[in-house]
Amino acid sequence: MEGEGGNPEVPPDGILGDAEARPEEEGGTWGKHGFPHGSEQSERRSVIYEVFRQERKGQAFAHAGSVEAPNEAFAEPYAREQYGRRGESTALWVVPREAVHEIEDFADELGRNYHRVDGYPLKEKLGRARERAEASRAS
Amino acid sequence: MNAQKLLELADDELILGWRNSEWTGIAPLLEEDVAFSSIAQNEIGHARALYEHAARELGTTADELAFDRQPEEYRHSRLVELRLVPDWAATIARHYLYETADEERIGALKKSDDPELAGLAAKIDREEAYHRMHAQMWFDRLREEPRFAAALEELRPLAETRGEHTPEFVELWEEMTSVRRSLAGATW
Amino acid sequence: MDPREQEFLDYVQSGGQVETDDWMPDDYRTKLIKFIEMHGNSELMGVLPEREWILRAPTLQRKLALTAKVQDEVGHSQLIYRVVEDLGKPREQCLADLISGKSKFHNVFHYPTKTWGDVGVIAWLVDAAAIISQKALLKCSYAPYARIMKKICWEESFHILHGRDVILTMMLGTDEQRELVQEALDRWWGPLMQFHGNPISRDEDPMYVWRIKSQGNEEARQQFLDGYVPQIWELGLTVPDPKLRKNEDGVWEYTEPDWDELKHVVTGHGPKTAERLELRRSTREETEWVRRAMLAEAA
Repeated sequence: MEGEGGNPEVPPDGILGDAEARPEEEGGTWGKHGFPHGSEQSERRSVIYEVFRQERKGQAFAHAGSVEAPNEAFAEPYAREQYGRRGESTALWVVPREAVHEIEDFADELGRNYHRVDGYPLKEKLGRARERAEASRAS
Repeated sequence: MNAQKLLELADDELILGWRNSEWTGIAPLLEEDVAFSSIAQNEIGHARALYEHAARELGTTADELAFDRQPEEYRHSRLVELRLVPDWAATIARHYLYETADEERIGALKKSDDPELAGLAAKIDREEAYHRMHAQMWFDRLREEPRFAAALEELRPLAETRGEHTPEFVELWEEMTSVRRSLAGATW
Repeated sequence: MDPREQEFLDYVQSGGQVETDDWMPDDYRTKLIKFIEMHGNSELMGVLPEREWILRAPTLQRKLALTAKVQDEVGHSQLIYRVVEDLGKPREQCLADLISGKSKFHNVFHYPTKTWGDVGVIAWLVDAAAIISQKALLKCSYAPYARIMKKICWEESFHILHGRDVILTMMLGTDEQRELVQEALDRWWGPLMQFHGNPISRDEDPMYVWRIKSQGNEEARQQFLDGYVPQIWELGLTVPDPKLRKNEDGVWEYTEPDWDELKHVVTGHGPKTAERLELRRSTREETEWVRRAMLAEAA
C-alpha cells in the first residue's frame, strides 16, 4: 500500500503481525518473501522484538506487544520498562520477531468429528438406553 | 556515613533525577524515552527515601528538605546540576560517570552501622544495578563517537566538584520551587 | 461496493475481528491507519503541555506521579506507532508527517497550560474524555489495536486517580488553590466539549461504519457529561455554560460548541501548535545522530 521501497523496519522474514503477507494485493515492492527492497533498507537495520508476559507465577505467557531495538542488549531494558514498570508482570519473554513462526492454516477437509464433542451424539442414545433399562425393570 | 555526606548523596540523586526527567517526552527513541524516565523516577525515589531517613533525625519532612532550602544549602555536585538536554552524548556521559562513582558510595553505605540505612542502601543498590547496565549498554554503543569521548573528558572532573552552584542551578531551583513558593505552606 | 468488500463489512459489523495479515479493503486500511496514527500523534503531543510541570511539581509524590503519567503517554505512542507500522506506515514517516503538519492530533493538546490547576484538570477531565473514547476502542474491529487499548486503558485509570487526587487536595486547600482549579476549568471547558468531535450521526461516520470506532461522537460526549458533570458540581465548582443541564429524557443539553474553532485548531492553528511542533522538530534533529548510531549495525 505505502509501497515505495517497502517497510524498512519490519524484517523480511517476520511473520507474527507482519504486514508483508499480501503479495497479491501489494504487487512487487512490498513483501517479496525474504528480501528487503529499496535503498531505505540499508539505512535502518533494527529488530522488532515480540514480548510475551506472565502476569502471575504459574500463568501462561501471553503476547503483550513489541519493541524496536538494535539488539538484545537494548531490547531487554526496553521490554522491561514498557511491559513491567508498573509491576504488572512477573516475567517476560523477549523474542526477535523472525524467530516466531505463525501457523494458521489447519486442513480438516474430511470433517474429523471424532476430534470434536459433536462427534459423540450421546444424548439421544442415552435417552433410549434409559427407556430400555426402565422397561426391563418394569417387566 | 555522617549527615552531611548523606545529604550530598540525597541531593545528587534529586538533582540528577530532576535533570534526567527533562528528557521525558523528547528522548532520541520512544523506547529509550520510557526506559530513561524510569531511571529518573528511581533516582528521585532514592532521594525521597534518603530524605525521609534524614528528616526523622532533623525533625522535618522529605518534601521540606527537597524543596524548602535555599539554593546555597543544597550539597550536590557540579556534575548533576548542569542542564544537558538536548545533548544525548553528554547525558549518557554523565549517566555513566555518575553510576560508576555511585556504586562505590552505595557500597560503603551498605556497610553502615545503622541497620536501617544499610537496608535502604541495599535496596537502592538493587535498583542501581539496572542503571549501571543501562549506562554500560549506551557506553558500548557510543564509545566510537568523538562527541561522547569529549563529553566524558569534560564532565569527569565535575563529579567531585562541590560548593558554589552555577546560575543554571539557581534557575532550576526557581522552577522547581515556583508552585510551592507561590502559596507558602499550602498542601499540594 | 464489490462483493468481497461487502462480505468484509458484514463481518466487521457483526463483531468480526481482523488481524494484521488478513485481507482488508483499501478504504478500511486507509481509514484505520489515519485513525490510529492520529491517536499516536495525540499521545506524543499530549506529553508537551505536561512536561513543563514535571519540573515544577510541588511535592516529590506529585513529581513522581506526573513523570510516570507522561512516561505512560510516551509508552502509548510507542505501542500505537508499532500498530501503524505493522499496517504499512513506518514510524519515521508518521513522525515526519506529524512535524510537517500533514497529519493531525487532538484539539486539547494545542492549548497552553498556565497553572498547576491545569495539571489537575487535564489529568482529571481531559484524560476522562479520552478514556471514554478509549474504552469504546476496546471493541475495535482491528484486533491488534483493540489489544493495545487494554494496556492503555489500564494505565489511563492511574492518570485519572492522580488527577482526582490533585484536584481534591486543592479543593480542600486555600481559597487561592480553589480559584486555580475553577480558572483552569473555565479555560478547558470549551476544548473538552469539542473533544469528541461534531455530532455526526454514527451511521454517516466511516470510522463507525467499519467498526473502527464502536460509538458515535455524541454518544461519547453524553457519557462524559453524565460521568463527570456531577463530579464537578459536587465539589462546588461551576461549569462555564449556563445552558448545561440534564433534561427529562436523561439527555444533557448544552451550548453548541464552536465547531469552527475545533476545525481551525486541529488543522494546525491552535495557540500552541507551532511552538510544540517546532520543539518536536528541533529535538528530533538534535538527536538524529543518536538514532543513526543506534541503528548503524543491528549487531
